[in-house]
Amino acid sequence: MSQTDIRNTIEIQLNGEPFAADVPATVASLVATRRPRPPFAVEVNKQLVRRPQYETVTLNEGDVVEIVTLVGGG
Amino acid sequence: MSTDPKPLRIGTQEFRSRLFVGTGKYETYESMRECLEASRCEVVTVAVRRERLIDAQDRNLLDFIDTKRYTILPNTAGCFTAEDAVRVARLGRDILEQLENPGAQWVKLEVLHDKKTLLPDPVGTIEATRTLINDGFQVLVYTSDDPAMACRLKEAGATSVMPAGSPIGSGQGVLNPNNIRIILEMLKEGDPDYPVIVDAGVGTASDVTVAMELGADGVLLNTGIAHAKHPAAMARAMAHAIDAGYLAFRAGRIPRKLYATASSPVENTIIN
Repeated sequence: MSQTDIRNTIEIQLNGEPFAADVPATVASLVATRRPRPPFAVEVNKQLVRRPQYETVTLNEGDVVEIVTLVGGG
Repeated sequence: MSTDPKPLRIGTQEFRSRLFVGTGKYETYESMRECLEASRCEVVTVAVRRERLIDAQDRNLLDFIDTKRYTILPNTAGCFTAEDAVRVARLGRDILEQLENPGAQWVKLEVLHDKKTLLPDPVGTIEATRTLINDGFQVLVYTSDDPAMACRLKEAGATSVMPAGSPIGSGQGVLNPNNIRIILEMLKEGDPDYPVIVDAGVGTASDVTVAMELGADGVLLNTGIAHAKHPAAMARAMAHAIDAGYLAFRAGRIPRKLYATASSPVENTIIN
């Protein structure tokens, strides 16, 4: 069982930190887990993922995900 | 001559205020909001950064910016390659589209050369400008005060060229007014309404006035207000400074002369 458990998650990089995401992992499931405060935008492997694609873009081991928002700047 | 200021037209938008104000470096969000109000600005710049998944106070910049009132200009600050700047611009647009803010079509493009000078990387800047224009952006480009580079950016299709008065956050004002003059002359030749905005380096109100007296269409600043001893008072000063410089430029200053010219009649004095 323990081996199966290990295979139930994948490790991704989320905002520069390692993160174990439950499989099957999509952008939508990641967002549902992490609950970033809207408005935010998501990028997977340097490609913007737009809202309508959240359900269909699956995450794989080693993917690099960024969730960003607006902050003060000049 | 009418003293009513003409609206500033940038791309598809028009503004009464010619001052663009950054939202970074304020001590508190409340102070920032007060300063934006006092500056009478209509365009504010923001940065795109990683969502802090844990935020003790759960407060967000956007709680303090009325997104129906201000046009939000997202920047690509902190990017050192064209590729990264394009990524950040697309992320910013995605967020602003959710807010239905007119700034969604804009980006303040910064592709920097190094962290110490924060000078723009000219090659990366032109490359990102072209990519973003192809991607449908209206690109407002931060650049140095190099007239040749400014011409290249306009030719590439930049919506506005924004030369730095002096390095970002340096407070040195307009260090090379002649370069700004040359940029204005070159970019506005046959296209007088092409918007040139002096971006960066403003330390105090007179720096803003100098930029406007040179004929700039607007000024973008942040640190000059945010790090002033009394930020809201400086914001108010900046609002006056931009009007003063704009009106003075249009009024047409007298030529500089080496020697004095009396203001009072030289005839009929009681002396001799």
